[in-house]
Amino acid sequence: MSPLLSVVDVGKRFRGLVAVDRVSFTVQPGEIFAVIGPNGAGKTTLFNMIAGVLAPNEGTISFRGERIEGRTPDAVCRLGVARTFQIVRPFPGLSVEDNVMIGALLHRTDMAAARRYAREVLATLDLFDKRDFRASTLTLPDRKRLELARALATDPKLLLLDEVMAGLRPTETDRMVEILRGVNRDMGVTILLIEHVMRAVMALAGHMLVLHHGAPIAKGAPQDVVRDPKVITSYLGQETI
Amino acid sequence: MLSIWLNVVVQGILTGLLYGLMALGLSAIFGVVRLVNFAHGEFAVVAMYAAFVLFRAWGVDPLVAMLPIALVFFVVGFALQRTLINSFVGRPDHEQFILLVGLAIVLVNAVLIVFGPDAQPANLPYAFDSYMIGPLLIDKVRVYAAVAALAVCAALFGFFRFTRTGTAIRACADNLVGAAVIGLDVRRLYAITFGIGLACVGAAGSLMVTIADAVPSLGPAYTLLAFTIVIIGGLGSMAGALVAGLLIGVSEALAGFLIAPSMKSMFSFALLIAVLVLRPQGLLGKKPA
Amino acid sequence: MISLWRDMNRRGQVTVALAFVLLLFAPVAATRYVLSVLTLILYFVYVGQAWNLMMGYAGQLSLGHALYVGLGGYVSAALWVHFGIGPWLGVFPAVGIAAAFGAAIGWLGFRFGIEGVYFALLTIAFAEFTRIGFDHIGFVGGAGGLFIPYEQSRLGEWWNLRGSQLFFYYLAFCLAVLAVLLTALLARSRLGYQWLAIREDETAARALGIDVFWAKMKAVLISSSMTAIGGVFYAFYYNSLFPAQLFDMSRSIELILGPIVGGLGTVFGPVVGAFILTPVGELLISLTEKAGINAPGAKAIFFGLILMTIIYLVPTGVWPWLSQRLGFTRRRS
Repeated sequence: MSPLLSVVDVGKRFRGLVAVDRVSFTVQPGEIFAVIGPNGAGKTTLFNMIAGVLAPNEGTISFRGERIEGRTPDAVCRLGVARTFQIVRPFPGLSVEDNVMIGALLHRTDMAAARRYAREVLATLDLFDKRDFRASTLTLPDRKRLELARALATDPKLLLLDEVMAGLRPTETDRMVEILRGVNRDMGVTILLIEHVMRAVMALAGHMLVLHHGAPIAKGAPQDVVRDPKVITSYLGQETI
Repeated sequence: MLSIWLNVVVQGILTGLLYGLMALGLSAIFGVVRLVNFAHGEFAVVAMYAAFVLFRAWGVDPLVAMLPIALVFFVVGFALQRTLINSFVGRPDHEQFILLVGLAIVLVNAVLIVFGPDAQPANLPYAFDSYMIGPLLIDKVRVYAAVAALAVCAALFGFFRFTRTGTAIRACADNLVGAAVIGLDVRRLYAITFGIGLACVGAAGSLMVTIADAVPSLGPAYTLLAFTIVIIGGLGSMAGALVAGLLIGVSEALAGFLIAPSMKSMFSFALLIAVLVLRPQGLLGKKPA
Repeated sequence: MISLWRDMNRRGQVTVALAFVLLLFAPVAATRYVLSVLTLILYFVYVGQAWNLMMGYAGQLSLGHALYVGLGGYVSAALWVHFGIGPWLGVFPAVGIAAAFGAAIGWLGFRFGIEGVYFALLTIAFAEFTRIGFDHIGFVGGAGGLFIPYEQSRLGEWWNLRGSQLFFYYLAFCLAVLAVLLTALLARSRLGYQWLAIREDETAARALGIDVFWAKMKAVLISSSMTAIGGVFYAFYYNSLFPAQLFDMSRSIELILGPIVGGLGTVFGPVVGAFILTPVGELLISLTEKAGINAPGAKAIFFGLILMTIIYLVPTGVWPWLSQRLGFTRRRS
């Protein structure tokens, strides 16, 4: 099976400082893949290169066999890669439904069809009852789900999640894990998450990659990775799982 | 031939210093309070008329009148910020814009009602005196005004660099949240900044009377001029405002001399467009992160 | 359009329909003066709506829209005066040239990331630059102005925009109605939603696959083209064009006050704004005349104070406040 996303020898430097150092990995269609690592490991830089915000200095990124590195964020999204933001940024002055409408209109020209689909996505994410609220009035967990809904409405093949659990309480995290599982299973969306919350990663990911100082130090199934001595010393040693 | 050119350039520099002082006031307000003072030029015109009246009625030289006028403008600015404008800080650009355009309309038309639409020359006794320096023939009034403007600028630089309040204001401009966190009274500092901004424009307007006739219609023109200078010089850069003021002064003088006086501001706008496109942070502005 | 109608409840629908019918039959009862004021109001509804599309929906603050009025007016008037080309034909090059200027400003601004107040200043700079330029173009009369001759014999030639006050009233009425319908249509279109996204958060809009540059370009192109048609109307209604009058910044400001006061980013905001501001201005003129205050600035001072009061009390505009108070909309939240 050809991979959905393949990252090959990607590197990024900021004024000589190496943020990401020759990272390679592939994401297979239908799986949930996690990238973890301590703060400053280069996770967000890697994320931004895939999402088109930054262009890598070296290496290639391919999505469904097509090279995407260096393309603009909107072009990457149109190919089928949707993202969320670490610090959520829904359109504050618009209603919840209109927020999702904007996503749904990416590949739909018929307004009625887009609205139907937006409502469908809202229902899936338990936001249907709040569809007429202004986005700025929502609570943080609701805003996180709204952002997820907006991204899903663009019919992505691959969903990039930037620390989607950050700031959520344990019960809210569990709920989000359930939602993401559903999205992956029922909507057939492949997920690449960048995550700090190990509990969520262990519950979700089929494969993971550990970054440390910009370089990959371990790769594989979560239960194997967490036993890797290098990972334990550099990262997990600081946190209890 | 060369001496004519030199004369034009020197005259442009001297006028440019006044422009720079006016723009400095706008730069302070724009850079610290992050408020678009669209009534800036109108305040300058009010100051011009104030200086004009003081001179005509009591013979107070505008170079002297500049001080009380700047003081009154400071108080007005402080009060304005405290009462009317403070609730507009952080609001969308267009809301601030409407408020200040409304204020500008009120100011310029009040002047129009009191003094009429015609140009009012101050007719200083030494208006036609000049210095001869080599090939240069420089108007005495322009020199006096430029020196006064420089003095005010120097005082401002000193204030922002060496006083406690000045440093606190710069802290507000750099990092508002940080400033509030360490316990600075941001509202008071904003009011002081607005006062200083208006004091600059008050001083600049008073000095302007020595080289230009007071006309109500100058208001919008000066507002645009001040904005042009601030953008060219770079937001938040006081030195930039001065340099750009000189640049605009010289460009206006040259354009007026080479082509036609009526086309002089066309050059300023062309310069503005070029700077916006090529170096949006302005000549001396910091690059945005 | 239909959804705009459906979003209103019975009360809102009746009010809008009533206003439409009243305006349609207004000439039956109105005096010539009232008709001229109504024409002016409808003109401001039209150009205000054009500006509203760019600022209210796409969030791009232009303070130089007088540029497009001036270009539209000058191009169509010059073609008529010099070559006898009628405005129905002349409107095309007029729109084309204004749109080209709009495209140039948009391209410079959006490509180089000039935003907010900086973008506003860029638009002012272009308008002022052009104003001074037109002062020196002899072909269109320079600062002395360009005049469309008033010929009695042509008075009935409505196809050349040579008509009576009544004709211009209905022309302005059509323009205003079309502008409102176009806004309603765009607001509920794919492009309209893209504009809203950009207005709210450009980075997030980009992450949702929106080509921000082109969406903004479409906004400036549509807005400048519409405004230029307003300029054609202006030229043939007033018959005299001066650069200082057409391109001046005060003209740009005049044009945007209506939508801001009425409510940005709403379909009826510019309408309500124009119906408040223009009559207030006219009223102030007649009041100051009656009171014997022979001061040209008195009206303007009141005007300035009214502006400050409105923006202080209802910063999001009168229409959103009004429609909520009177219960015109169906929205639940």
